[in-house]
Amino acid sequence: MNYGSSFIIRLTTIRSAPNIDAGECAYETNAGSARLTAHKTQKRAKAEPLFRVVTANMVQLRADENSMTAHGIRTAAVAGAGTMGAGIAITIARGGFKTILYDNAQAALDRAKPLIEAFFSKSVERGKLSRERSAEIIANLSFTSDITRLGNCDFVVEAIFEDIPMKCGLYAQLEKVCPPHTVFASNASTLSITQLAAGCGRPDRFVGMHYCLPAQVMKLIEMSRGIYTSEQTWDIAWQFALATGQHPVETRDTPGFILNYFCVPYHNDVIRIIEAGVAAPADIDRAMKRAFDFAMGPCELLDMIGLDTHLRGTEAFFAITNNPRLAPPPLLRRMVAAGLLGRKTKRGFYEYESAAMFGG
Amino acid sequence: MNKYMVIDTGASRSFEGGHEFLRGASSEGEIAVYIGKGAGRKYVADPSKIVIILELDGECLGVHTGEEPGLGESNVVGFNRFRLGESPATNLIELVTQTNTSKSAAEAARALFEGAGFDVAVCKDFVGRIVNRLIRPMFNDALRALDEGVATAKDLDLTVKLGLGYRKGFIDPLYKSGLHHHYDVTSALFEVYGQAGYAPTRRGVVAKQRSLKA
Repeated sequence: MNYGSSFIIRLTTIRSAPNIDAGECAYETNAGSARLTAHKTQKRAKAEPLFRVVTANMVQLRADENSMTAHGIRTAAVAGAGTMGAGIAITIARGGFKTILYDNAQAALDRAKPLIEAFFSKSVERGKLSRERSAEIIANLSFTSDITRLGNCDFVVEAIFEDIPMKCGLYAQLEKVCPPHTVFASNASTLSITQLAAGCGRPDRFVGMHYCLPAQVMKLIEMSRGIYTSEQTWDIAWQFALATGQHPVETRDTPGFILNYFCVPYHNDVIRIIEAGVAAPADIDRAMKRAFDFAMGPCELLDMIGLDTHLRGTEAFFAITNNPRLAPPPLLRRMVAAGLLGRKTKRGFYEYESAAMFGG
Repeated sequence: MNKYMVIDTGASRSFEGGHEFLRGASSEGEIAVYIGKGAGRKYVADPSKIVIILELDGECLGVHTGEEPGLGESNVVGFNRFRLGESPATNLIELVTQTNTSKSAAEAARALFEGAGFDVAVCKDFVGRIVNRLIRPMFNDALRALDEGVATAKDLDLTVKLGLGYRKGFIDPLYKSGLHHHYDVTSALFEVYGQAGYAPTRRGVVAKQRSLKA
């Protein structure tokens, strides 16, 4: 397929094509840039065959280039050594894959490495992992700030900030160093997978894999296809998720997927009622946990996510949806400006003695 | 624990079917707890009490005590034991204070409920308090997501259970507890705050209309 030519494909919602079952879509692409707009429509049956034809053709076109199977992954990388990236690296390494944690900032790696090692030590202490197995996993895990070290990776999970230019800049670098068969997955939590795929150079070998915090504990992965994600890529990613012991759930490529569709506005509501003096963080957490048997209170979860991460997420989400509940609350901006980012800085809504990773 | 007396003013949503807390009350005490639908209307101001505790429904405590500027220190607090629609009451007590509530009254109320084994969350006197203020927009989002086909009810609940540790999900408890109750709460919140997140959903309206038909 010539991605340089300008063309428009009209697509319509259908349950059997879960990557676009939201409504009528006009997808325009020109020289690698893409724009997606969705409109509600009742014309479901009419466009369904068109979409299938396009998808089938793409799979056919890519079949020769892509010889990797779902079982062919040996080495996987995680790009981004923040809280989420480190947690994802744990799940992949625990699944028995050679795992590389990459970050262009050496400081992020220096912070992640002892936290990951401490996590596995804790797993041994708690009897969840044998000492030998822990040693094997750690031996299979490497850390690098040199992106060329990702040249032998079969699968790369990107877990950097919710910023399209930043993510696309990373994909451009990965595109240069990774072989053609490598599947790119994004841990994007609010951004469109199709939009990110359009800027990655290999839109058919791109999927959304949104892990939940803390990734090393929570089993769920919200998986989303972009419009051009091939069936083969989807199967590889799905099998990979299962092989790492996670529980994939297919979600639509809509802002926030399912979890952040609920969580981001909820967390903003929480911050606003704190700002309004309705209740203190500890009282809010206690109330929500006791009323609904939630595992964590919202302020505890925000501290774990990182308030800076939440701010970036809600800014990105607001820009896409214009939903006033997604506009960053002033208190959030003040806390981030003051360095009160949560566990990672040992102070957010609560104070912490260490920045150790949760679980083990 | 201070001795407390309970004044029953009618059907109580917090203590439907009785509770050990009611059985532990005395005929008189330094603390007066008014329970039931008429708690706010029937309470009698008494400065000699350490604290007077009024059961609230959806209303603000200020409806019963006033909140005009210049009021002196108050020994009255409000409370509500959270329950979702027709589900059994939870162990959570939302304890409501006003800006002029004395610290000693609030602390005594908290100690009383905690001593009786409840979990207490203190909040200011706002409609929806903590839980309804936060959970109702999420429930509305879930109902809209269901209407828009984002996922099936089962998958929505499974995702929030696995991904967020919300052990009960959203859709299942809403329907089991009576969706028309959710409509009532969101209507009240929307009237006060006027924010779209509280606006009753199509599914809520349908459930309410069906409940009126029955």
